[in-house]
Amino acid sequence: MTTVTGEAPADRGGVLGQPLDSREDPQLLRGEATYVADIDLPGTAHMAILGSPVAHARILSIETKAAEQLPGVLKVATAADFTDVMPLPCIWIPGGVESHFPPHPYGLPGARPVLTGDTVRHVGDPIAAVVAETPRQAAAALAAIAVEYEPLPVVTRADEALADGAPQLHEAVPGNLNAYWTCGDKDRTDAAIAAAEVTVELDLVNQRTINSPIEPRGAVGDYDSATGEYTLYASTQGPHNHRFLLSALVLGIPFNKLRVIAPTVGGSFGTKGYLYPDMPLVLLLSKALGRPVKWVDTRTGLMNSTVQGRDHRQHVTLAGTRDGRITAVRCTSHANLGAYPSTIGPGVATALMGRSISGMYDIEAAFCEVYAAFTNTVPLGAQRGSGRAEAAFLMERLVDRYASEIGMDPAEVRRRNLVPKEKFPYDNGLGWTYDSGDYRLNFDKAVELSGYAGMPARKAEARTRGKRLGVGIATYVAICGVGPSTRMSQEGMLGGTWESANIRVHPTGEVTVTVGSASTGQSHGTVFAQVAADELGIDPATVQVHEGDTQKAPYGQGTYGSRSYSMAAPAVALTARKLKAKLVKAGAVFLGVPEDKVVYEGGAIHEEGNPENAKTFAELAMAMWYGWGLPPEIEPALDETTHFDPPDFNYPFGTHVAVVEIDELTGETEVVAYTAVDDAGNIGNPKIVQGQIEGSIVHGLGQALMEAAEYDENGRLLSADLGHYALPRAADVPFFALDKTVTPSPHNPLGAKGAGEIATVPPAAAVVNAVVDALCDLGVRHIDMPLTPEKVWRRLRGESQ
Amino acid sequence: MDITLNVNGRPERFSAPPNELLVERLRDGLGLTGTKVGCDTGQCGSCVVRLDGRSVKSCLVLTASAAGAEVATIEGVTTRGGELSGLQEALRQEHGTQCGFCTPGMVMALGELVDATADGPAPTEPEIREWLTGNLCRCTGYHSVVRGVQRACAAGRAEVPAGTAASTAAAPEV
Repeated sequence: MTTVTGEAPADRGGVLGQPLDSREDPQLLRGEATYVADIDLPGTAHMAILGSPVAHARILSIETKAAEQLPGVLKVATAADFTDVMPLPCIWIPGGVESHFPPHPYGLPGARPVLTGDTVRHVGDPIAAVVAETPRQAAAALAAIAVEYEPLPVVTRADEALADGAPQLHEAVPGNLNAYWTCGDKDRTDAAIAAAEVTVELDLVNQRTINSPIEPRGAVGDYDSATGEYTLYASTQGPHNHRFLLSALVLGIPFNKLRVIAPTVGGSFGTKGYLYPDMPLVLLLSKALGRPVKWVDTRTGLMNSTVQGRDHRQHVTLAGTRDGRITAVRCTSHANLGAYPSTIGPGVATALMGRSISGMYDIEAAFCEVYAAFTNTVPLGAQRGSGRAEAAFLMERLVDRYASEIGMDPAEVRRRNLVPKEKFPYDNGLGWTYDSGDYRLNFDKAVELSGYAGMPARKAEARTRGKRLGVGIATYVAICGVGPSTRMSQEGMLGGTWESANIRVHPTGEVTVTVGSASTGQSHGTVFAQVAADELGIDPATVQVHEGDTQKAPYGQGTYGSRSYSMAAPAVALTARKLKAKLVKAGAVFLGVPEDKVVYEGGAIHEEGNPENAKTFAELAMAMWYGWGLPPEIEPALDETTHFDPPDFNYPFGTHVAVVEIDELTGETEVVAYTAVDDAGNIGNPKIVQGQIEGSIVHGLGQALMEAAEYDENGRLLSADLGHYALPRAADVPFFALDKTVTPSPHNPLGAKGAGEIATVPPAAAVVNAVVDALCDLGVRHIDMPLTPEKVWRRLRGESQ
Repeated sequence: MDITLNVNGRPERFSAPPNELLVERLRDGLGLTGTKVGCDTGQCGSCVVRLDGRSVKSCLVLTASAAGAEVATIEGVTTRGGELSGLQEALRQEHGTQCGFCTPGMVMALGELVDATADGPAPTEPEIREWLTGNLCRCTGYHSVVRGVQRACAAGRAEVPAGTAASTAAAPEV
């Protein structure tokens, strides 16, 4: 059952909100979609990249002659070939330029060069590129490149990188500190903690994870010497962003000489929105060789090159009263940025996490400080739920600790501290203003659906089977809909974050929608067609949707932060409304009546009170194409564009409840039931959203139970393939109990909120809370993720962490 | 070495180096790019094809060792743009694919399960999940895929397959 709060979605009997089948699926199911690896341009040469085998070293020499003479090798390139190419910029400078050391508008201190020539700073750091006739020849030639290294000391943890005497990564960044960033009220928070009846503290490790889309990244560069135009085919979430960054800030070529195309993209979850060295490399080498150049990563290559996620070490404190009122929360975090500032990595590690730490709770005093540091690891970026998952984890762990400390039911503690619905819009004191919500309704619904009240009996029953049953609740608020451009500039984002859509109505009445976003598996074509069809009152089957090609689509910023349905879809809706307004205006001429007598309904117009005097959508389309009889103030044709910049972000939220059973003999943790009640505002297609929610939860369960990017003391990634980096498999998860509440956002015309990643935010906290609940009688107060059987087994035996 | 393979019912004769992987032959040699490569280690299952009826990871099979075999790839399941198979149609109805990269391998692996159980009881939910452990998906969380297989197996049977009712009851419409 769906509970609708606030403004109910308008029931126009339209197709928006209907669970239409995804129109993308048949092509995918037949294996016909074209991913980057499937692109085969005539004359293509193949590129391979030599990544550093060591985590930190000075390069004394690079010898490429032997490689150049191998069969099929066309070119071996090193940093010396690209002295006029600029490093890859970081465009999210949290807290402003001043927070950086030294200040710089493009985050260039420590920025990654296209190829490194003097120092390698992580295993996989690109040193050279080989282009050959075949992929095998290119890969074979890598082994013939001789590099002489002078080893340097290695540091892989953020806190250790900031210590005195730590190895230094960048001359331009003394002490490895990229940024010190704060939000909230420090003095007030410290005072509240000092005066509190109860305080609880935890030291948390939110471990590094790897997004692991099943498609590794790839890029094809194609330079046309006749026109001087470059084309980049890449597995990207943001073709327009990549076009701007690559042309203006890396290659120094005119914007209109670069076209970026995202073909079908095989999952991303945050990682494919970043700039990577392979992108400029395939373009530069295509120009140099006069042939298309193609590069496709390997899995191990991906794990040593594509941005990784999370990786905070935190000391967190919660203060409250004995009767369950939370009075303050405080977090000090060491965030590991990896070896270079990735395109938006520093913003993920600071603002997205820090401003979110108070979650669903109405807390008078909150403060977060982040030390973002460079280390000899793969650069950090977004992992599904980025920042917000780290925030929910610390808050929800603290709430359970607090509940245990004061001897109150954790559900009751949460209930007593939820932001009441009368307080919206709600300023959380950390920088976010929550747009809308009925948290109590959402919370109670999830708790009830989970069968929470029956848990004591289930615990007792489980013990008779040699199992310890635990239950864990986690709530969240996830900022989405990035976003208002001016607001994002205040967050240090160096670029616009609006979104756009164009709609053309063709003379025969069919419609083409083009948007600036780029799907990586979210069925944008299905949903955007529903939006346009719903607004125009036409059949969605007559609406084609295009995106992902900078030459065809209007400008846009891409797909990230669960923004497509609350940024791109509103642009589609507003564009359709412009078309409707124009049709009403022109319709007055065609019907021979005043404009205020024209009724637009069901994809047609008619004269008010006279349904006989009417024109169908197709008739209007043809009439506008001919343009006959239109007055000078009405242009012919139906072709409109909207650039949508919302007044503020949107804030989906939800409550999840995990039930786990721990095998007392083996320490294995099984998630036996999982309840999720999420609120993503008005939903365009519940079938697509259900898929996003289910996938998101499993992603979060992966972090809780099995995923970890482990580096050894030499900075070598030990979990560099899917045999060592465990991803959830089908048998690891049960079916979920899903439901929703609906609180429309006031910040866009659809009342939409983000949905794509929101359900990744709470599962880690819910599962760890459940496991600690199952082990609490053993004195266990916290276990760091992932909750491997060995780790849990040791705690069952009474060993400390 | 000279090798003959029967691929999707068509004999293919070619010369291949002894260390060539079957997935390389299919994708690069024969242009059958529906078979995907997602890892280097036989973990992800994106490259699953059927070899003499059995689903195998084609990145773990040498072309030479498949000589003489019947190879079925995703391209052989339907014609281009053609009508979906019963399994594909059931997956479509359950939205059992998102980015689609793991999907061809899933369809090939699950095809064997559907075929193998055609004459007996429908596979249970745990059996379907166990069967799927060779295929990684990062988008769907597997639920829609499992529901798709349940739907496909129910389509040819009168009775409701074991586990279906309970499973769907636990997952109401969002």
